[in-house]
Amino acid sequence: MSADIILKVEDVGKQYRLGLVGTGTISHDLNRWWNRIIGKEDPYLKVGEANDRSLKGESDYVWAIKNINFEVKRGEVLGIIGKNGAGKSTLLKILSRVTGPTTGEIKTKGRIASLLEVGTGFHPEMTGRENIYLNGAILGMTKAEINDKIEEIIDFSGCLRYVDTPVKRYSSGMKVRLAFAVAAHLEPDILVVDEVLAVGDAEFQKKAIGKMQDISNSDGRTVLFVSHNMAAVENLCTRAILLENGGVKFEGPTSEVIDAYIKGQKFENEIIDSKYIKKVAILNKQKKEVSNLMMGENFTIQITASGINDVKGLHLGFFIKDAFEQKIAAFSTAMKNVEIIYDATEKNEVYSFTVTNPNLIEGSYLLDISVSYKTGGRIEYINPAISFNVLARDVYGNGVLLNSHFGKIYLDVETTLKIKS
Amino acid sequence: MKTAEEHWLYVISSKKKLIDFNFKEIWRYRDLLFLFVKRDIITLYKQTVLGPLWYLIQPLFTSLIFTLIFNNLADIPTGEGVPNFLFNLAGITSWNYFKDCLVGTSDTFKKNENIFGKVYFPRVIMPMSVVVSNLLKFGIQVLVFIGFYIYFVFFTTKAAAAQPQSSLFLIPILIFLMALLGLGFGMIISSMTTKYRDLSFLVQFGVQLLMYGSAVMYPMSYFKDKLPNYYWLIEWNPIAIIIESFRTMAFGVGELDMNKLIYTIITSCIIFLIGLVIFNKTEKSFIDTI
Repeated sequence: MSADIILKVEDVGKQYRLGLVGTGTISHDLNRWWNRIIGKEDPYLKVGEANDRSLKGESDYVWAIKNINFEVKRGEVLGIIGKNGAGKSTLLKILSRVTGPTTGEIKTKGRIASLLEVGTGFHPEMTGRENIYLNGAILGMTKAEINDKIEEIIDFSGCLRYVDTPVKRYSSGMKVRLAFAVAAHLEPDILVVDEVLAVGDAEFQKKAIGKMQDISNSDGRTVLFVSHNMAAVENLCTRAILLENGGVKFEGPTSEVIDAYIKGQKFENEIIDSKYIKKVAILNKQKKEVSNLMMGENFTIQITASGINDVKGLHLGFFIKDAFEQKIAAFSTAMKNVEIIYDATEKNEVYSFTVTNPNLIEGSYLLDISVSYKTGGRIEYINPAISFNVLARDVYGNGVLLNSHFGKIYLDVETTLKIKS
Repeated sequence: MKTAEEHWLYVISSKKKLIDFNFKEIWRYRDLLFLFVKRDIITLYKQTVLGPLWYLIQPLFTSLIFTLIFNNLADIPTGEGVPNFLFNLAGITSWNYFKDCLVGTSDTFKKNENIFGKVYFPRVIMPMSVVVSNLLKFGIQVLVFIGFYIYFVFFTTKAAAAQPQSSLFLIPILIFLMALLGLGFGMIISSMTTKYRDLSFLVQFGVQLLMYGSAVMYPMSYFKDKLPNYYWLIEWNPIAIIIESFRTMAFGVGELDMNKLIYTIITSCIIFLIGLVIFNKTEKSFIDTI
């Protein structure tokens, strides 16, 4: 039904010019202007390449996004995910009218309000209350609307005591709370949200996610949600689109899109300078090579080697370290008293360690591989052999996202305390 | 299909229309305009001792200095029976309003890059709020002028010729024209500076030069007598015409030239419209070039 569609993005593209905006600009501008006068197409629209950050480009012009098409139904919560530089922010900027598209059209049946960054327009000299009014008005509320909600906003922010104090005296956390409180009480037809959930402490995060759920569930508001936080996307969104190099790569139900996103991650560090170890890979449940795992997801460390078979009595092991190179866990064949069995018939030496219930919390991790003699001497230590990310997931199933704030591992805990429902 | 298309609330398009103004939307954001004005006013003199008194100090001292230099030292006549100080105060008060509007709006895009890059609202709200908050400042300065005016005209004999004219009722139009001109030029300059920063240097000294060409510290008739060959330079300067008209209305010296006033009204409207169109064109994509 076309009547249900509240937002329609048609063939939207955005072109940017790389490098400095300098002396070349005037000549290009004039050329552009001349072509428009004589009724020709803009000569610079034809040039430009897909946006791959890592490759050296031929042209000074790139398409940050190109040929984006999608539709959003009323009441739908659409997740937009993708790697850095995939074009998420550009798309959001166009949707929220901060900048215009180079090609294409966006049609909407409702007012769009965006939360690209909370606290826009806060003035440090003004009090919290004055800033609520100003910020609310910037985001598109009228004074009457804010008057109706001011108590609720102050209450939500939890800054009642400071509300008549200039914002410059606030802690940064309080500023964010106040700003999010204002934003959360917006009532546009379509809300565009970018990564605001990454702020605040756990209590506030939960509040924020709860509010987002309220907005989409009970009020039937349409939300476009952009995030790197797969857990939040999984939680909130009914449908998602995956952007890659400026185009829509995949579109569908959230879980499928997240899977596609995680599978799409490639390794960058494949070459290892080692005598024995040729390749180290992390495999997920489906035995696919990945660099991102969900929290709690079982994984397999697969080591491709050569020559280990030829030496009798070797031990193979690994260390998992956090991004600060602090060791978190280790395992070695020596611990379980197993030996690498000499097998002359085996051509490819592939060794696997499958880790079940890894209780790693969201974050980046490094994996070291060690090869040592049974007697103790170390032959090789690869530091690090590979890196991988653990993506947040709502492991306890109640909307709290664990992050590095809570350490590196989480625990499975049983308690006799009564749990509030 | 065709009927469904017409239900779109608005369309974000790559195509550019020459005049694409959504006045309904601007009206919807009127509260924002007043909150910006409020912000400007309450934050300007935070942590100062004299506070809004600064509004008064600046024109009064400038007038004193002008009187000293231009009238006492350089002997520029201000007209029979018009006190020099009052003459200068009138010129400076009105010139200041135009200047503040122009300078305040001329860096709209650069100054608000941060907000504009994050949230959409009709951008024109920003320069409009500058004009309105300057109007309040101007109002205070006009009260001071009226104070001195009443003192000189009714309590001293220095201002023998100065009598309030019946044409004083035209003053709101003059104020409106100054706002229109300041806003128009300001919007043009702020739009151009997003790409070519050179203009912001031009504004700094351009405004200063313009003051000398705007009959602030001399009557236009005196300029005509002394430098008839260069009179064309200022004869059709709309600001000069506005300031001269203001003094004519207040002091009754010189004559109100209706033709020039009508010319000024037309020029101001044209400049304002040009500013609006350029500003409107720029606001869509300036964030990519600034």
